[in-house]
Amino acid sequence: MNAIASRFSSSSSFKPQSSLGEDEEYGSEYGWGSQAGFGNLTKGLPTFTMPQVQDPSAFLRLHTDDHADPSCRIKIKHGTTTLAFRYQGGVIVCVDSRATAGSYVASGTVKKVIEINPYLLGTMAGGAADCQYWETYLGMHCRLHELRNRERISVAAASKYLSNLVYSYKGMGLSMGTMICGWDKTGPAVVYVDSDGTRLKGDLFSVGSGSTFAYGVLDQGYRWDLTDEEALELGRRSIYAAGHRDAFSGNTCNLYHVKESGWDLIGNYDLSKLHYDGPQGIEGEGYGYEIRIGRASEKVAA
Amino acid sequence: MPDMVNLSAHSQQHPQQRQFNPYTENGGTILAIAGADFSVIAGDTRQSEGYSIQTRYAPKVFRLTDRAVLAVNGFAADGNMFVKKVRQRLEWYRHAHAKDMPLRAIARLIQTMLYSRRFFPFYVYNILAGIEEDGSGAVYSFDPVGSYEREACRAAGAGQSLVQPFLDNQIYFKNQKAAHGTSHPAHLPLNTVLSLVIDSFTSATERHIEVGDGLEIYVVLSKGRPMHGLEGLRGMEEVTTTNDGERVFVIRRDLKKD
Repeated sequence: MNAIASRFSSSSSFKPQSSLGEDEEYGSEYGWGSQAGFGNLTKGLPTFTMPQVQDPSAFLRLHTDDHADPSCRIKIKHGTTTLAFRYQGGVIVCVDSRATAGSYVASGTVKKVIEINPYLLGTMAGGAADCQYWETYLGMHCRLHELRNRERISVAAASKYLSNLVYSYKGMGLSMGTMICGWDKTGPAVVYVDSDGTRLKGDLFSVGSGSTFAYGVLDQGYRWDLTDEEALELGRRSIYAAGHRDAFSGNTCNLYHVKESGWDLIGNYDLSKLHYDGPQGIEGEGYGYEIRIGRASEKVAA
Repeated sequence: MPDMVNLSAHSQQHPQQRQFNPYTENGGTILAIAGADFSVIAGDTRQSEGYSIQTRYAPKVFRLTDRAVLAVNGFAADGNMFVKKVRQRLEWYRHAHAKDMPLRAIARLIQTMLYSRRFFPFYVYNILAGIEEDGSGAVYSFDPVGSYEREACRAAGAGQSLVQPFLDNQIYFKNQKAAHGTSHPAHLPLNTVLSLVIDSFTSATERHIEVGDGLEIYVVLSKGRPMHGLEGLRGMEEVTTTNDGERVFVIRRDLKKD
């Protein structure tokens, strides 16, 4: 067992390794076998090919940063609203599903909740690939922790693992703002981790371009002793508000509930349908339409 | 002494900045659609740089195994190199495990290969199509640094913004309401999908200067699925390498060349 664990375990220093030779990209020793797709992780930490220039991060910024230069070639997907909060009955995690590249809606069906394992969820804001890749990688290490210690990893430990990991790449252009959510020995837990190295434990977070709109709804409706039904509705209603007011958020929302027994996917809701018909799909019961247009047309008629 | 050329004096007066620019954009469009027990993936064959056409036949769609086909779009040199490296990894897998890599594993492999170049990206948009181990048709789409998602259909490249809205309407039935007492089908039949693909490319060719010349459509059929509707199609050729698994076909058509 330890032989397998040590094969994957990181070396003592967290210094990011960069390979110079092109062929070192995927590691050589275990390149023939299956590493669950992570064939480049055989040296403990993954290795990355770097451009052979004076300032690699300036090179990356030149070609990928679409905020500074909309005409740049490689458009990395951005724009999001995600939220998670802790309450008496566990953790609610709710996110939108829109990915934009510049002003083009690149996808309306993105899964922004990453299922790390049956007890841990991570959310995705910032670079889609950065979140997907590093949270999958975190999942592998959480499993190794279980094998080594015969118990599940705590949310605090998992989030600190991720935080230290992305901190070792600070200044190199990673972009992620994530909430690690789960249930451990201490009960429900939410930790915010971002690529600057920030790591915060808290009860309530929202991340992304639509976070201000989500916070508006979330803060006025939040209490610790929310019932499960009330909590789920608050999460859904907050993402709806962000989708409605933030152009970079929208399409659908994914709603998760983390309990002592692990997480549950509650559902996927079309934000336009929520606007007109609400979560139950009853015409006129929507969050936005009837109270604006419906009543206005009554006034005109009267 | 008079200057031989003014240029040298000019260059001494102003500081000059140079930058490493290893990328270019080679146009073209790729597209993939998943059916219940088949998938279709296609790309045009024009390769251009700026306003000039470099070649009228540069394939962008590549058969990886009998159940997986990969389309690459963006910077052609990076695309060809990337396909070469994916094929090498699949061959290694075949030697180690004596079987072809399953589709969802190829998708994850492509993610890690793209992400290993996170700080020096391949300027390539990838779409992977094929048959999953349960026999269902599948499409995976990737961004240049490896984020991916399984979808029912996806268009990428120069004509993306022309083709994707058409597909949303015809495949996902977006902004359409089913007639009273009926519902939209979850999966479309193969002949309908093929017509949609051909129409998408003829339309994109009309309205986009970087799309045209030729069209290559790969069709992957699930194990044991009858051919019905596919046999005798003009310009069709079978490219399967084994005879008891999934089957792969390629259909070549002309697009306008102006």
